[in-house]
Amino acid sequence: MQANQSTELLFEISHAGRRCHRLSAADVPVKNVAALLPKEQIKDTPPPLPEVGEIDLIRHFVNLSKRNMSIDTNFYPLGSCTMKYNPKRHERLAALPGLANVHPLQLDASCQGMLRILWEMQSILGEIAGLDAVSLQPAAGAQGELTALLVAAAYFRDKGEQRTKVLIPDSAHGTNPASAAIAGFDTVDIKSNDKGIVDLADLNAKLDERTAVFMITNPNTLGLFDTQIAQITKLLHEKGALVYLDGANMNAIVGVTRPGDFGADMMHYNVHKTFTGPHGAGGPGSGPIAVRSFLAPFLPAPLVAKDGDQFRLDYDRPKSIGRVRSFFGNVGILLRGYFYIRTLGPDGLRAMTQNAVLNANYLLARINGGYEVPHGHRCMHEFVASARALKREKRISAMDIAKRLLDFGYHAPTVYFPLVVPEAIMIEPTETESKETLDAFADTLLRICDEDAECLHQAPHALDISRPDEIKAAKEPILRWKP
Amino acid sequence: MSYILNTADDQKAMLEAVGARTLDDLFYNIPEELRLKRPLKVPEALAEMELQQLVAEHAQKNQVDDKAVCFLGGGSYDHFIPAVVDAVASRSEYYTAYTPYQAEASQGSLQAFFEYQTLICQLTGLDVANASLYEGGSAVAESVLMAHSIHQNRTKVLIAESVHPEYRQVLQTYAANLPLQVQTLPTPDGFLDPDDLKKHLDENTLCVIVQHPNFFGCLEEVEAVGKLTKSSGALYVVSFDPISLGLLKRPGQYGADIAVAEGQCLGNPMVYGGPYLGIMACREEYVRKMPGRLVGQTVDRNGKRCWVLTLQTREQHIRRAKATSNICTNQGLFALRAAVYLAALGPQGLRETAELCLQKAHYLADQLQQIPGVALKFHRPFLKEFTVQLPGNAAKTLERLLRDGYHAGLPLGRWYKSLGTCLTLAVTEKRTKKEMDGLASALRKAL
Ligand SMILES: Cc1ncc(COP(=O)(O)O)c(C=O)c1O
Repeated sequence: MQANQSTELLFEISHAGRRCHRLSAADVPVKNVAALLPKEQIKDTPPPLPEVGEIDLIRHFVNLSKRNMSIDTNFYPLGSCTMKYNPKRHERLAALPGLANVHPLQLDASCQGMLRILWEMQSILGEIAGLDAVSLQPAAGAQGELTALLVAAAYFRDKGEQRTKVLIPDSAHGTNPASAAIAGFDTVDIKSNDKGIVDLADLNAKLDERTAVFMITNPNTLGLFDTQIAQITKLLHEKGALVYLDGANMNAIVGVTRPGDFGADMMHYNVHKTFTGPHGAGGPGSGPIAVRSFLAPFLPAPLVAKDGDQFRLDYDRPKSIGRVRSFFGNVGILLRGYFYIRTLGPDGLRAMTQNAVLNANYLLARINGGYEVPHGHRCMHEFVASARALKREKRISAMDIAKRLLDFGYHAPTVYFPLVVPEAIMIEPTETESKETLDAFADTLLRICDEDAECLHQAPHALDISRPDEIKAAKEPILRWKP
Repeated sequence: MSYILNTADDQKAMLEAVGARTLDDLFYNIPEELRLKRPLKVPEALAEMELQQLVAEHAQKNQVDDKAVCFLGGGSYDHFIPAVVDAVASRSEYYTAYTPYQAEASQGSLQAFFEYQTLICQLTGLDVANASLYEGGSAVAESVLMAHSIHQNRTKVLIAESVHPEYRQVLQTYAANLPLQVQTLPTPDGFLDPDDLKKHLDENTLCVIVQHPNFFGCLEEVEAVGKLTKSSGALYVVSFDPISLGLLKRPGQYGADIAVAEGQCLGNPMVYGGPYLGIMACREEYVRKMPGRLVGQTVDRNGKRCWVLTLQTREQHIRRAKATSNICTNQGLFALRAAVYLAALGPQGLRETAELCLQKAHYLADQLQQIPGVALKFHRPFLKEFTVQLPGNAAKTLERLLRDGYHAGLPLGRWYKSLGTCLTLAVTEKRTKKEMDGLASALRKAL
């Protein structure tokens, strides 16, 4: 079946004089535009946008959508991204006019229902974290990191301490050092040891009175819970430094252990991962942060406060770092997270984690041997296999495996991350997949590594396109259509 | 449990394959003393029907739509959203996909983002646009980080006080620990006076930031500000309102180097402040300093045209501490919505939307000015928002008008101490004459 409408660009199907949306006529007396706006500010012709009719527009985007893999159409074991099912009820509820049409600056008294949900969400996220105060403001995980590091900087400034360094394990996500740089810190890499967890000797060597924060992802990006965590947080605290938890991997520990209980002073959530905000082909996310009470005065404003049975936005926070974005936060994603948590309840949240970890371990057990898994025979919610041996022996790379999986209707795992594993293949199945799906996927993975290398180098074979020339894309960038 | 498929039998078989006895055994490497020994204190589970009842009850308590007519703006607007936008964005192939890292499995989103980038270029008259930032405020902050990586030895940032107060706050927060001095230029007459700007420009000026139309609704002297900024060698950053470009000159035409915007108005619901859409466009020469993802055109191994994420060496996953920004997850779904919206309106639709806003806003301004004691605060041209001065405290009047069923505007005293009697109102194409007449008569009574 051929769907031409999707291979042409909007601009190529544009036809002068066509249009989709029409507006009603003005119901007020109309004045001459020239009488209302100075001539030098006006552009006589509107921007040269494409002109398309409604059915063309719909066919275009619907056909285009078919050229995507998505959770609703394919198993999507993308490591570090927690691609779990996005419940349909969330979409219906978030679209209720009483939620979707609330203006961010309307008076508190006129949005008590919204404030109540957000207030509850603050306390729920505090409880899950084992920490005291929560800001729902950050728009995504990376912005949560930045916010928390700015909070840390303000805290040390308030104490009159000069701390300039943020320590980050080499297995960390790229946003950690990038956020630390914007927050004005120097970043120092901490090595991982042969077990894939923090190298304590290296940490000890680099930790000093200049250290402000140690950013740890636990379980880390290898899917390993750092068994030394209590020792690590103690070391940091003895030096007066703070421990930050990158909460991207919360799906592995919700209800089983709490960051506050293992010594973290601050953390971010990725609500779009752990609590299933749809990823929208890149976003939106939501990255609330939770902190200990001594850091709470520095949180961005506003927070939701409760007086009696009334809710209000509390802007009166003199030590606050300010704001990291306009308005309250990515409320649409927070709402979906709230719906999810309310659907699961305490037992459901724990079961979520247990089954996420069970599914990952099962998949690991199924493919171990066929693939090298450098760091142990067990994992938390995800694990990292390596195509190092395959590459050496058969010239099959992690990229080849990823591309070949697409032919079988599977989205590829995350590849080449974390950087500490060569030819990394990072697999996170999540709890919402069945044993049958995992078995079929494992069978496919095992079958692929026995395939002819040449076939893999050319993969995918069954999709519309194969192996785009990325070097050309970067060398001669074409970033927009031109007539 | 709601979304878990493993039955007790499945679990047993799987545990066996793993070599563990119980689910708890899977967590063997979490030291016993660190484990949570009690259930989380979160409310008990709800069935779908119960959840729906609960949420509907909460939603009911929010005054929206006909319970309170919206004249609020300040970056978030009650514009009409054509059904095609929701129809496309609710395709799960888009909204349940992740970032298009695997190009072959993501051509749909990649092409849509390429189209979005093109539409933003057409809208702004600039050369390149990225595939989205978080929202309008952090987009301003990102533009300054970007400017700083273009001119590393300049450190002074000049921003007009007429820029959205929350955007300015975001900029201050982002810049707090960086070698930048953010200086706010007063705008007592409702706009940045180019003569004032001149006094502050020097060879250390990194960039000048204005918003157009600004937070008060007034148009800025964008051309004159642009010329002055250029002549000092600083970069010109403009925060614009996308809808206004149906009528107004485009940032690229009056010399903007970087243009940013809040894209909520392009087909996105208000939903109490987010998720929205951070728009950023710039001149070609700065593209390698841009934050965020970029989609580029290329060919596949058979020579077929296709799309990929490109120039990724700017980004955090490759450049880490030296990246142009820390952004990873962006606002993809809202970029898609904006693309559908812009294509649905087309040039004529955008023009008509802007004109309807213009006409209606002026109608309301005329009505309000006939009320004794009410006057336009600034004598500046405006498009869809304007600021009036009331005889007394604006915040008090607002509460009264809310009881009458109107979100009557933003009380400026919240952000500007000297403007405690001022109210900024926004009028979109959705507002009717009846609603505006109703507001005018309610205000007349309230005063
Ligand atoms: C381990 C880790 N940390 C941080 C992030 C950044 O989160 P976000 O993409 O929400 O900004 C991610 C997500 O990609 C991640 O996997």
